[in-house]
Amino acid sequence: MVTDKPDEKTIWQWLDAVPDPEIPVISLIDLGIIRDVQWRDDTLEVTVTPTYSGCPATRIINLDIETALRSHGVEKIALKTQLSPAWTTDWLTERGRKRLEEYGIAPPQPAGGPSHCPLCKSDRVERISQFGSTPCKAQWRCQECLEPFDYFKCI
Amino acid sequence: MGDNTLVLGHRVSEWCGVAPVLEEDIALANTALDLIGQTTLWLNLAGEVEGKGRDADALAFRRDVWDFHNVLLVEQPNGDFGQTIMRQFLFDAWHRGYLTALTGSSHTQVAAIAEKSLKEVTYHLERTTDTVIGLGDGTEESHKRMQSALDRLYPYIGEMFFKDAVDEAMISEGIAPDPTSLRAAFDSLLDEVLAKATLTRPDGTFAHKGGKSGQRHSEHLGHILAQMQWLQRAYPDATW
Repeated sequence: MVTDKPDEKTIWQWLDAVPDPEIPVISLIDLGIIRDVQWRDDTLEVTVTPTYSGCPATRIINLDIETALRSHGVEKIALKTQLSPAWTTDWLTERGRKRLEEYGIAPPQPAGGPSHCPLCKSDRVERISQFGSTPCKAQWRCQECLEPFDYFKCI
Repeated sequence: MGDNTLVLGHRVSEWCGVAPVLEEDIALANTALDLIGQTTLWLNLAGEVEGKGRDADALAFRRDVWDFHNVLLVEQPNGDFGQTIMRQFLFDAWHRGYLTALTGSSHTQVAAIAEKSLKEVTYHLERTTDTVIGLGDGTEESHKRMQSALDRLYPYIGEMFFKDAVDEAMISEGIAPDPTSLRAAFDSLLDEVLAKATLTRPDGTFAHKGGKSGQRHSEHLGHILAQMQWLQRAYPDATW
């Protein structure tokens, strides 16, 4: 039970410890989907924007946010879905991009494709498919080390 | 909008597990997923506006054929892979134009859903454009199949640009664009892509209509709904 309302900065830190359910190396904050955190009286309002409209992870993410906040003693939580402005990969944090690359997923690039292979760093890469194992990824292959790898789509 | 994405999303999902190669299987399933996600947004809004307590699930699973307002194009059978891709390309090309216009809607929720969907649909169109060109300008066999897909689906284009009384009402409120105003841009994109795909645009202006109005769906929609709705019909409010 929380007697004092934790300040918003603390809540952002708590949410930063919640991993993305599909790519657990980055947090929900890294992903850029938490748009706002605000107290309204004794209710904590968290504004979340979906990555893709049909992404099945959205429900899990909402559940994870609630679970995390409850574990810190927040009792009244209101999750607000915000569609506009639409989520863009520009909102991925620098740290998130780095973590993706270390994990073997090429981070999004404005050019529309990965700049290099996240494994061997060669820039000789080719696209296998515009889509991948989750709505946010596409499949690419390195022509140097021949490994296929995921690319985080740029939208 | 929600019925178009629902019916096409269901159709495309029928490829899941049986597409010609794994990458295409995944691409089709992802496309279907985007469309079903958009359906949830549109149909929840429709239920809210209607104000009778129906949500997206109620609208998707408990209406019969005559209450659906999707265009006839989206309920056409998958056929071979080429026909599925051609259908998707024609729909994507219309969809992107229409959504772009909707982002300027006077209705803020409509504009927000359009803004979200547009990103996904732009990506779909990129892929189907490439694939139509690749297959049209491909082998003799793939070219032949793409041409016959185009010939078969061509008469279903007109309905997407047909204006009815609902459109008139929405135009006057600034909610949605005049569908006829979007035809020229669609045509020039079509010409450009078909030229690169070495495909020939069929003659004729005949357009099958009746899906958007709900008055004359093709026989295919009933079969889609039978498969999609049977569980909710047999076991109303079933959950797991």
